[in-house]
Amino acid sequence: MHNIAYYPGCSGQGTSTEYDRSTRAICQALDIALTDVEDWSCCGSSPAHTVNHVLSAALSARNLAQVEAMGMTRVATPCPSCLSNLRTATHKMKDPDFQSKANALLDTPYRNTVDVQSVLQVLAEHVDPEYIKSKVVNPLTGIKIACYYGCIMNRPPALMQFDHHENPMAMDNLMAAIGAEVVPFPLKVECCGASFGIPRGDIVHKLSGKLLDAGRRLGADCFVTACPLCQMNLDLRQGQINDALHENFKIPIFYYTQLLGYALGLDRAELGFEKLCVDPRRALGKIKQPAQTR
Amino acid sequence: MQIFDLAAADHAFIAEVQARSHQDIKTCYQCGNCTAGCPYTFAYDYSVSQIMRLIQTGQKDAVLKSRSIWLCGSCQSCTTRCPNNIDVALIMDVCRHMAREAGYATERAVKVFADSFLNSVSRYGRAFELGLMTEYMARSGRIFTDVDLAPSALMRNKLPFKPHRIQGRDQVARIFERFRKGGAHA
Ligand code: SF4
Ligand code: SF4
Repeated sequence: MHNIAYYPGCSGQGTSTEYDRSTRAICQALDIALTDVEDWSCCGSSPAHTVNHVLSAALSARNLAQVEAMGMTRVATPCPSCLSNLRTATHKMKDPDFQSKANALLDTPYRNTVDVQSVLQVLAEHVDPEYIKSKVVNPLTGIKIACYYGCIMNRPPALMQFDHHENPMAMDNLMAAIGAEVVPFPLKVECCGASFGIPRGDIVHKLSGKLLDAGRRLGADCFVTACPLCQMNLDLRQGQINDALHENFKIPIFYYTQLLGYALGLDRAELGFEKLCVDPRRALGKIKQPAQTR
Repeated sequence: MQIFDLAAADHAFIAEVQARSHQDIKTCYQCGNCTAGCPYTFAYDYSVSQIMRLIQTGQKDAVLKSRSIWLCGSCQSCTTRCPNNIDVALIMDVCRHMAREAGYATERAVKVFADSFLNSVSRYGRAFELGLMTEYMARSGRIFTDVDLAPSALMRNKLPFKPHRIQGRDQVARIFERFRKGGAHA
């Protein structure tokens, strides 16, 4: 049994509630105990690091200091943007000069004793794939998936230290382990347009449109992603993308945790398929029902 | 084609970018790898390798007034693929910091969005999506931004009407206060 502090991230309370819920559900099913970081605050997300790196590190480090106060040394987050901020803070604060600047902004200084990972990394590196396979009750046989990692889950490699920076495989392996067919998606680490959806929607339409187009050409029934911002750009904005590019994409964008939860036979209420904007029923209908009825 | 006066290099600018990014600007040999992988080039006024060259040649105004430094998505492709291990994305970040401090905002909507986001965090301790959208629309004057998405998001209960106020929101507010007072660099 792993016991890990859990940093949900702000979007988990709003635009990506289904990611937060399904993450908690699969972790429970796979004996990973998550303890929420007490009274966690926003990590600063991309706006903070575009303004100032000390400010950004301090906003992240307040949370890492909370983890220290809980007596824990490992924290996991589902969100790559939070992950990148928390890891950057940890990395930069190894420099004593930078550390004292960041700590000067905080009530409680951060001693830099916490290791930050994504929930995906915890699953990929600390849970035996055979164990996951043994728990599958609804194998995903019949569905074709494009796994999309987003630009910062694995980059830059010296900072993220997880999987491969050009061709990551953690989600592909996971989806294959639960019976899905994964397509060799060449744009795994390309950018979706990040947080420009509001100020420069045209950028997101173009970049996310390129991803959807590549997925469609490969005959993918759906995408899986591990990033709330990627998911929102590809799913919530898919209608906008269609309008802007005169396209007709209808590709459901799942969180990998939703399909993993489905395969593990978890309660549908925990998986939140109804939260997706692009109707996922046709894609889910591709999954062959097991011969024996339950 | 644009012509830059190489004799008018601002050496203090070059030194400041180097000091704040801890990167050795002169090791860039203009191979163009960063630009080849940059998904945002279509929206930039100068490609990322051109920004590197403008920094090397001390063209402070051209860099700090460029659109590119505001439109960089921090995707880390350039940093990952630079053969000289230059943290190019970090340099783009540092230029954006310096442009802000100098009062430039060539992509004003991008700046207003970031400001609205951080105001929301400083107020509640967490980002409050509906609140920051309201502030963004008021300050940017873009009233109809994304109204087409609202029904979709609201129907799915994805936009809470009330912010999550955390216990320690004063601690978070103090981070911003101390930052504003101290004007911390780096
Ligand atoms: S990849 Fe590196 S060396 Fe090549 S142009 Fe870009 S910054 Fe310069
Ligand atoms: S980090 Fe910025 S400059 Fe570098 S490749 Fe990505 S968008 Fe382009």
